[in-house]
Amino acid sequence: MSDQRPILYCRCAYAKVVPEDVKDQVLDRLVDSGHPFESVSDLCEMSARKDPGLLPLSKQKGLRIVACYPRAVKWLFSAAGAPIDGASIQDGEIEILNMRVDSSEAICSKLGIADGQTQQASTAEGT
Amino acid sequence: MIATNRERPRVLLYEGVSSKQIDAQLRRPLVRTLLDRGYTVTRITESSTFGNLGHTELIVLGVFDQLPSLESESKALTIHTRDVQNDTLESLLEYIDGIAQGVSEARPHWKPWFPVIDYDRCTNCMQCLSFCLFDVYGVNQANQITVQNQTNCKTDCPACSRVCPEVAILFPKYKAGPINGDEINQDDLRREAMKVDISALLGGDIYSMLKDRSMKAKSRFSKERDDDRALKERQRCMDKLKTNVEGLDIPAEVLSSLPSLDQIQAKAQQAKEKAEQALAQQAASRQQSDTTHPSATPSN
Repeated sequence: MSDQRPILYCRCAYAKVVPEDVKDQVLDRLVDSGHPFESVSDLCEMSARKDPGLLPLSKQKGLRIVACYPRAVKWLFSAAGAPIDGASIQDGEIEILNMRVDSSEAICSKLGIADGQTQQASTAEGT
Repeated sequence: MIATNRERPRVLLYEGVSSKQIDAQLRRPLVRTLLDRGYTVTRITESSTFGNLGHTELIVLGVFDQLPSLESESKALTIHTRDVQNDTLESLLEYIDGIAQGVSEARPHWKPWFPVIDYDRCTNCMQCLSFCLFDVYGVNQANQITVQNQTNCKTDCPACSRVCPEVAILFPKYKAGPINGDEINQDDLRREAMKVDISALLGGDIYSMLKDRSMKAKSRFSKERDDDRALKERQRCMDKLKTNVEGLDIPAEVLSSLPSLDQIQAKAQQAKEKAEQALAQQAASRQQSDTTHPSATPSN
């Protein structure tokens, strides 16, 4: 089983800038992994509306955000009044994984949900 | 159209105490579809809890041996619980959308396209405020540049980030770096060092040329009803723009909706005054701060 650091996944539903296969594969693995997670439709949209839901997310210890470029994610949170501590990003306390650049395998591996990293298989039905 | 996250109920996949895992064949497409429709989806397990994200409706889905007892920090939260053992994807979506329709507010379709400022790089030079014709930028009480009217921003137009001398303006949904938030390399910095002369742009040279070209294109289009020629004219206009201002990448839709030259010049003057006022206030604040807290003289 993967470690239990909180995961926030962004679907980037409003644009086609994140490769579809990457975001689908990561989401499927996440869903199948048995790991708890938060997932949102679009961080940009939440930021634009200054969604107060971003504040508790930004304060989660050890948060791993699966979205796009770290610089963009950092300032999207900031623009919403929910800044992520820059030092926490620097020292890895908060990790931002980039689905625009990295492969789904690389991201799943970093999340600890790649094949062989989780005990719960994708076919875990009605266990 | 996608509704905003907080207007939509939050969907909780409950796989905690006294429950079984939801069928993987249902769970995968369900989560994908819900996210694509604008919902927030959370999965909790025996080892996790869920925090309050400000929603007013929570839909709890699971295969329950016993219905979970969920307590909310928020009294305003209504909880709907459903055992999905006999559900199909379609029946579940119908159930969830049915609850959403009761609470969602209609809102205009808007692609979240707006500038995000990287304050690690921004020097508060106000060039973006001077440049933008659509009142996207403003200053806050501390006279710091800020994005005030996101929805005024013209979709797919990243022109202000092109004129930023510090590469401090991001459009996360833009196709290429560093505007999309990618790391900034030396080539980017060299390119930005060749500053665009904002005053020349706002003096009317580029905008008047664009407007003129756009008017000619529209005129020719209306006279000749020749779609191909109109498109070619637009393309020439875009090519000319790219040549003149190093590819500001302003979409044709934005060019064709530019206000009149008089309006542009009036707006440019207003923006310039606003920027100058903010810069003057910044300088005054700095001066006052220096007077109140003079630099410490090293003592030996």
